Amino acid sequence: MSDTTKIEIRGLRKSFGSNEVLKNINLDVAKGGVVALIGPSGSGKSTLLRCINLLVVPDGGSVRVGDTRFAFGEGAKLPDVKTLAKFRATTGMVFQHFNLFPHMTTLQNVMEGPVTVRRMAKADAEKLARAQLAKVGLAEKADQYPATLSGGQKQRVAIARALAMEPDVMLFDEATSALDPELVGEVLNVMQRLASEGMTMVIVTHEIAFAREVADRLIFMRDGIVVEEGPARQVIDHPQQAATRAFLSHFHRTGALPPANATP
Amino acid sequence: MYQWDFGILWSYRWLFLNGLGVTVGFTVVIVVCGLLFGLCGAFGSLSRFRALRLTALAFIEAFRCTPILVQLIWFYYALPILAGVEMTPITASALALSLYGGSFYSEIIRGGIVSIDSGQSEAGAALGMTPSQAMRRIVLPQAIKRMIPALMNQSIIQFKNTSLVSVLAVPDLVYQSQVAAHDSYRPLETYTAVAVAYAAILIPLTIIVRRGEKRLAVSE
Repeated sequence: MSDTTKIEIRGLRKSFGSNEVLKNINLDVAKGGVVALIGPSGSGKSTLLRCINLLVVPDGGSVRVGDTRFAFGEGAKLPDVKTLAKFRATTGMVFQHFNLFPHMTTLQNVMEGPVTVRRMAKADAEKLARAQLAKVGLAEKADQYPATLSGGQKQRVAIARALAMEPDVMLFDEATSALDPELVGEVLNVMQRLASEGMTMVIVTHEIAFAREVADRLIFMRDGIVVEEGPARQVIDHPQQAATRAFLSHFHRTGALPPANATP
Repeated sequence: MYQWDFGILWSYRWLFLNGLGVTVGFTVVIVVCGLLFGLCGAFGSLSRFRALRLTALAFIEAFRCTPILVQLIWFYYALPILAGVEMTPITASALALSLYGGSFYSEIIRGGIVSIDSGQSEAGAALGMTPSQAMRRIVLPQAIKRMIPALMNQSIIQFKNTSLVSVLAVPDLVYQSQVAAHDSYRPLETYTAVAVAYAAILIPLTIIVRRGEKRLAVSE
């Protein structure tokens, strides 16, 4: 079964204080599948994403990625920091605000995971990091510090940094929301290529046109529940639920992807 | 009009140099020990464990909110009676000054650590780092840069605080100049010279600190 389903989430619950952010969420992502999570802000989609790599520890339910499964709730023991760290090393995450390490060069940023977490020799890690930077079209920026890069370049470095851990799964948390409009395309381009190479991806996004093009499944969330889910094109073109229709009416759903200015 | 005569101090030069040596050496000891206490206090106050957090906060507030002069006297006179711990004046004053400085260093270090955006340790965690790896590799290198000016300032204050150890008869610069003043009946010249000696050491240091701050501001 784990051959076909890479991520399996069952009965997931999470509250922050008295605010119930996730109410009994179920989610399956096939190996090599691309799932887009959309919904208004406060719908719980970012929290759900962070529960997949346990940056947020759920209150109940279970999370399985690959062969590793964690159960939460009454009677379940919380995983210790070593177990958590080992688990997270197999999932890559890209943040809305990049969260690059400002005291390190671009190359050092990408090498950091392999060297510190995977205990890779510096020379091997550098080779791997340079290859990843080349893949996102930033080989020539290796020795620059993040502060000197544009938003789009920063986010591509952040993707390279996550990929350097050679993860099974990539999680994108509104990866283009903090970017100037003209820089969105270059990041979406990298993501699209990653999807076409067969990476399993979960994408929280407001780029509906991108979700329609690249995702094979789409999940619409509101108030901590999954309102509607299905094949991306079908949900976007013919939403069944009123809430989904209302939300999607704010977006241009079709049309070309935003142009990529700095395609590698 | 008072007739200044600084020439008379020349015959006490070895006394002054001796005192200056003790003052500088003492400063090095209490800055190093203070930083160690400060590190413990800072990590204690940021700990996940409540007991550790409360202990650290109690330490910080106790030493930050009582006068150093009282602490010095208390460590030397009260501890032997209360706890049966006999200490030489040097040990007692080194300990008191280190703990006093440590309480301020704690707050500087803690402040530096919490000033780093939580997204940084989150990014480390997402790569698979343990919390201590993320602290060592990601948070501390950035935080230390921000702490340095404040730590230097606190160390300058520590240098001046060593003058208080003379109350426990530790033979530092101030203590030796008291000896010289009593002996020569020239307190005005003596204490003026002492003030000049402190300033002569600290003014270049403050200039270095200010330069360092500017350089850090540029690299941010």
